[in-house]
Amino acid sequence: MKRNPLLGRDVISMRDFGRDEIRGILARCRDFERRRKPLLRGRVLANLFFEPSTRTRLSFDAAMKRLGGQTIGFADAISTSISKGESLWDTIRVAEGYCDVIVIRHPAEGSARLAAEATALPVINGGDGSNQHPTQTLLDLYTLQKRTGRIEELKVAFVGDLKYGRTVHSLIRSLSLFGAKLWLVSPAVLRLPGDFLEDLAAAGTSYVQVEEIAAVPADVDVLYVTRIQKERFADPVEYERIRADYQVTPATVERFGPRLTLMHPLPRVSELHAALDAHPGAAWFDQARNGMVVRQALLALVLGAA
Amino acid sequence: MKGPTEMATTRAPKQGTAAAAARRAEGASAGDAAVKKDVKMQVSALRSGTVIDHLGPRTALKALRLLGIGDDATVLIGVNLDSRKLAKKDLIKIEGRELTPDEINKIALLSPQATFSIIRDFEVVKKFRPELPAEFEGLIRCVNPACITQDPRVKGRFLTVRKEPLKLRCHFCERSLREDEIEFL
Repeated sequence: MKRNPLLGRDVISMRDFGRDEIRGILARCRDFERRRKPLLRGRVLANLFFEPSTRTRLSFDAAMKRLGGQTIGFADAISTSISKGESLWDTIRVAEGYCDVIVIRHPAEGSARLAAEATALPVINGGDGSNQHPTQTLLDLYTLQKRTGRIEELKVAFVGDLKYGRTVHSLIRSLSLFGAKLWLVSPAVLRLPGDFLEDLAAAGTSYVQVEEIAAVPADVDVLYVTRIQKERFADPVEYERIRADYQVTPATVERFGPRLTLMHPLPRVSELHAALDAHPGAAWFDQARNGMVVRQALLALVLGAA
Repeated sequence: MKGPTEMATTRAPKQGTAAAAARRAEGASAGDAAVKKDVKMQVSALRSGTVIDHLGPRTALKALRLLGIGDDATVLIGVNLDSRKLAKKDLIKIEGRELTPDEINKIALLSPQATFSIIRDFEVVKKFRPELPAEFEGLIRCVNPACITQDPRVKGRFLTVRKEPLKLRCHFCERSLREDEIEFL
């Protein structure tokens, strides 16, 4: 039997996973594309969502149920004892008595790390503020592997809000492990923070910062588009201008050809033109489904059932 | 937590004068006679206690605040002294007190080049430049307002990513902190 390095492990941050471990997880995902064996029958997942989420919560719920397990949990903190002032540590200690694995989403950054230290059960981070969302990164990598046949040496252009988006931060770091070449397309006010640029330079990752999609070469493999959030701008006029400048339309992507993979973590507002759903490279709904597959693999791995 | 790394232990000769001990405590070498003379003119020896040398210029008062050294303590402070290593430096002599490892780490965070001499009976019994631990708890506050450690029930923990120039990372929220962003508890 193969050794399972994820048995009992927490999945908190992509920083905790090296190249081989990431490859190992992605390699196991394929087994869960169709398989519905009740590998997790009798196991309980606690879905502790301290802030609202649609895809992450539903897909963890579906992932556990498709493998024969059950789920408990809450979808916001209002109806729980947290609203009475209970510490996160105590909430986790209570929940661990009811379940075999915990998924946590919490607005405070570092909350998932703290939760993992409060319990011996495996904890999976479903997003801690704007810090980490490792299962999103893994589903993005899995989507890239399925679409392009590899995760190594990809040419990827990130478009939109590169300053605040945890999805982008985490994926950029992971792609940098695999020799990616990056184009970072954003308005000056939403550039990737200097700390990340410093890490990219230290890792020897080649990147170019530009302000227009037109400056991205036509032979990139992937265009990863993110939402520019209105609440980041004090001036609504500036928001409207930037939103219009960074909208991706069929005309924008025409010159990249049909082999381009187009990604977006969802939810989207107006940054992707609706007609792009018909583009052969449009991957967003696949990403959402792949999220469930990746989460099935992770649950089975950390619970030692894979 | 790792303790400070000892660089050298210098025992003064028995016949050594207090002034000689003071020179040794300041880490003066034969090559900086002029500097040595200046320092000697400005400070005098300790009977027992701690000399913190090579503090960054204008950090001495902050260091005293961090160490909670109040009005009743016997302290000599040198500010903006000439230094061969740093061009300008601060220096503190604290009578009757040897610092704890946590206090030493705080000073190392404030001024990574600082050196410490422990004096007993006018003799330098230990001289070292502390090495920041790879990981430490408390001492400073994470600058990220969204970090879970803003909850006073959660104690901060930090990783030393790089020593020169200093870069730390919050163990919880993963935010990097530069030297100028450090806020002490």
